Amino acid sequence: MSLWEYVEDRWDLILFETVQHASMVAQCVLIAAILGVLIGVAAYRRPRPSALATTIAGVLFTIPSLALLGLLIPPLGLGVAPSVTAIVVYALLPIIRNTIVGLQGVDPLLVDAARGIGMSRRRLLTRIELPLAWPVILTGIRVSTQLAMGIGAVAAYVSGPGLGEQIFSGLARLGGANAVNSALTGTIGVAILALLFDAAFVLLGRFTTPGERRAAMGGARG
Amino acid sequence: MADQPTSGVPIELRKVTKAFPGGGEPAVRELDLDIPAGEIVVLLGPSGCGKTTTMRMINRLIEPTSGDILIGGQNSRGIDPDRLRRHIGYVIQQAGLFPHMTVAANIAQVPKMLGWDKQRIAERVDELLELVGLEPGTYRDTYPRRLSGGQQQRVGVARALAADPPVLLMDEPFGALDPISRERLQDELLRLQDDLAKTIVFVTHDVDEALKIGDHIAVMQRPGHIVQYARPAEILTNPANDYVEQFLGAGSSMRLLRLTKVGDIELDQVLYASEDADAQELRADIERDGRGYALITDGMRRPLRWIGRDHLEGREGPVGATGDAITGTISHRMTLQDALEELLNADTDNVPVVGRRQAYAGSLSLATVQNAIAAIKARERERRLRRVEAQ
Repeated sequence: MSLWEYVEDRWDLILFETVQHASMVAQCVLIAAILGVLIGVAAYRRPRPSALATTIAGVLFTIPSLALLGLLIPPLGLGVAPSVTAIVVYALLPIIRNTIVGLQGVDPLLVDAARGIGMSRRRLLTRIELPLAWPVILTGIRVSTQLAMGIGAVAAYVSGPGLGEQIFSGLARLGGANAVNSALTGTIGVAILALLFDAAFVLLGRFTTPGERRAAMGGARG
Repeated sequence: MADQPTSGVPIELRKVTKAFPGGGEPAVRELDLDIPAGEIVVLLGPSGCGKTTTMRMINRLIEPTSGDILIGGQNSRGIDPDRLRRHIGYVIQQAGLFPHMTVAANIAQVPKMLGWDKQRIAERVDELLELVGLEPGTYRDTYPRRLSGGQQQRVGVARALAADPPVLLMDEPFGALDPISRERLQDELLRLQDDLAKTIVFVTHDVDEALKIGDHIAVMQRPGHIVQYARPAEILTNPANDYVEQFLGAGSSMRLLRLTKVGDIELDQVLYASEDADAQELRADIERDGRGYALITDGMRRPLRWIGRDHLEGREGPVGATGDAITGTISHRMTLQDALEELLNADTDNVPVVGRRQAYAGSLSLATVQNAIAAIKARERERRLRRVEAQ
């Protein structure tokens, strides 16, 4: 059976697993983005909490994904819970780091100007610092998404949802019928999803940084 | 908006001290300063003398360690810092415009925080752009990075003026600009100030800028105290000590030329008469005066013609239209330096000086200016002698 026939034969299942995979990654990254930005915002003003947050996330990052998933089985069991937890943990580091770097990278002159015209801390953060740091933060989220794609596939090890199931069952039956087709389908599916998500981020970046974009268009007009 | 702009309020600093944690000697020490309403007061000094710290304590970007600051009689400690700052314009070096906002959005920030409605903000933005010399239609929707440094700082000034605050703080606002733009923005600030009469605290280390801009100058010395607080001419002619003199540097005579107005010096009071004056009587007056010439003016005392003894020779009745038409006048508001330029380019040795309503106020020649310089120098010599004697 060729790969194409294999895919045609199981189209419904593969489509379901793909949607599951995409949905899991999207939700995990969303959770990680919210948590990561919040942690970054809480930490960026002071050097020690900043260092602490990045270090902890960095240490968690170095644990191999299979090992982390295995460690999560005793407390969380199998299925969605350990998968989501592991993906979020890995996705946090790039987001926290980029949030801190992005916010710290805002020109102190602008912060001074904003304070000087009477902006409150909160307004300064939402109107000046976060918008200016946004391209950097978005890059962090984008990197996290790519990470989540891969770890999402490994999550099948703890019976997590998604395309990982195709890869793991294929690898388990290596030499058997359709084993390679199954593994290939999972791998290619993850790769295609990753490309689609990345394209979505490029568009998101364009639409959420209107200042630069419109300025560029203004230049073309003038 | 048709209503009058808010004019300045006085600012008083009372024994203001700022000691930074672990910073050794205080950055500002028991500083007293009275800033009159509607004046430009320049804090002048080298870097590290505490001038910026002093200014930033006024809008509480830096909290004083002790002492009080009264703005319009109100103690600034009693006002929420964010609210306080919305009513104090703030202009910094390189303008500090928000790059992700249009020019209009930058200017609109304070009015937005004060809860103005959209219509009012839009009108105010256009009004301010015109005030600072930027055409609203062209610049309203552009982004700051499309503007030159000078234009950015114009927007910076517009942003500071947006909510019509009585007080403006300017921290080396023109320091990053090229000399031509700097000069032009200084001129425009003075022009604006003529209409607005805000209380402006202006920080700079540029002596020429201070002398040009300031109504009063506070010369500061490390650590954080004021050595001399006086009008520019006073500081130039009578520096409080060697530090001030050294800081002013060489060329103070040239600076005086730039600072002194024609109206401030003793002019040559050349005889003048109206066209109706009797020719022979005027001739006799000229004879007695000894200069050998006089100025003919119209009924409003505006200079018309130079007239010499020879013109009147044998003439009966009124003077009438004889004489050589004047080629130009010098305003009493002109600086001596500009007047010198005029004199060197003039066709005649004497150029009439006109005061209010173009009325004749005296005559200026190179000799007159020279005398004025000599007088200034004599005063300086005398002052030095006095200081030496006092030591």
